[in-house]
Amino acid sequence: MAEKKQWMPRWFYQLASPRWSYEIMGKLLPWFAVTALVLLVSGIVWALAFAPQDYQQGNSFRIIYIHVPSAILAQSCYMMMAVAGAIGLIWKMKVADMVAKSCAPIGATMAILALATGAIWGKPTWGSWWVWDARLTSMLILLFLYLGVIALNSAIESEATAAQATAVLSLVGLVNIPIIKYSVEWWNTLHQPATFTLTERPAMPAEMWVPLLIMVIGFYCFFAVSLMMRTRNEIVHRERRARWVRELIEKQ
Amino acid sequence: MSEMLTNEPVQSSEQSLPGLFVAVLKRDLLLSYRRRSDLVNPLIFFLMVATLFPLGVSPEPEFLAQLAPGVVWVAALLATLLSMDSMFKSDFEDGTLEQTLLSPQPLFIVVLAKVMAHWMLTGLPLALLAPLLGVMLFLPDGGMSGLMLSLLLGTPTLSLVGAIGAALTVGLRKGGVLISLLVLPLYIPVLIFGSSAVQAAVTGLPLDGYLALLGAMLALGFVMAPLAIGAALRISVSG
Repeated sequence: MAEKKQWMPRWFYQLASPRWSYEIMGKLLPWFAVTALVLLVSGIVWALAFAPQDYQQGNSFRIIYIHVPSAILAQSCYMMMAVAGAIGLIWKMKVADMVAKSCAPIGATMAILALATGAIWGKPTWGSWWVWDARLTSMLILLFLYLGVIALNSAIESEATAAQATAVLSLVGLVNIPIIKYSVEWWNTLHQPATFTLTERPAMPAEMWVPLLIMVIGFYCFFAVSLMMRTRNEIVHRERRARWVRELIEKQ
Repeated sequence: MSEMLTNEPVQSSEQSLPGLFVAVLKRDLLLSYRRRSDLVNPLIFFLMVATLFPLGVSPEPEFLAQLAPGVVWVAALLATLLSMDSMFKSDFEDGTLEQTLLSPQPLFIVVLAKVMAHWMLTGLPLALLAPLLGVMLFLPDGGMSGLMLSLLLGTPTLSLVGAIGAALTVGLRKGGVLISLLVLPLYIPVLIFGSSAVQAAVTGLPLDGYLALLGAMLALGFVMAPLAIGAALRISVSG
């Protein structure tokens, strides 16, 4: 074979094949699972037991160790969904479609988790479960965008059409997210002159932010694990007529 | 409508892009004009929603005046959404949409003309009707110009964004509720700046900033939305 210059490593091209992706994900899965477990357990123990108290909020601030990673993840998960959708739309990669489909429920869960932990933290700190604060509102709208994507995907019967339609919707959402974010921020400063702001936290000491960093990385690893599990599931489901899937199932 | 669907050579005036735009616009306006009740329904809905607020909340003039900018905008938004479902539906059902996608004419222009026709039949009448609602809800006189201007600039964006949802769901039997789920979150920026413009007009603050932002969103939607609508229509029709 004439050696053509390859711009991407070989494994990247192989990812386009459902079978290869299934196997590669199967190999990566235990590593990510172990890393996620170690990081999450050590991070949570450090955060809950050893990190110093906040001088204003006492112990209630510790919920940020769940709240912040889930909020970050909810946003980057949308990014991932839109990028995977674009790859599926442009290169007609089936696996990318499956990844995009698997992203939506995880992202929606993370958005709900961020909203719920925010509400639980808000009750003792601000005195109310919900405030029409810019950040809360834009997270709520992000959740709505996720729900729209999920609803559209489940409404269309043909899987290929559903994937393409969802990809278009998530790309439209991606263009809109910055607009929504800035308009909501501006709306808030217009309508509510600082009834509640996030209390100005002092620059965090290292004992506080290192566990937070560990938790964020741990959440990302957990996201990778659950995304790979969902995608593998999706691959087996959609390729159920392929011979390798039948052999795989017969072996078990 | 027949000009763009046949293989026969068309008149030279229709071959240019403006000609195509005008032809599609005329066709859609004519088709809607023949079903007049569909035209009036969103407007009646607009009036009814606005009537619900004094009944449901409070008939106090001072209170309603505070509420008015938001209520009129939300009602306009819902009325636009209500009419969205039928935008591509009849074309899809009788096969016109398929032929349009097959035709060599640029889809961008066709889609833009269809959205324009939709706006002329919903957004424009809503903007013209808005002062009536303003009076019903005791909106101060100073706010009327802001209300109409913001609706004139904002409703085309609503039509453009809503058309994406309509195009994505055109092949589905029950698209109506789904469109709202897909499109409402995307309407939020327009709602925010639209009702802020009215609020600013009421309090006598300068409007230019809000109108500029609404115009910027319209420009962005004008350039990007037809691409998304075209892609969505191709997906819906082929699927």
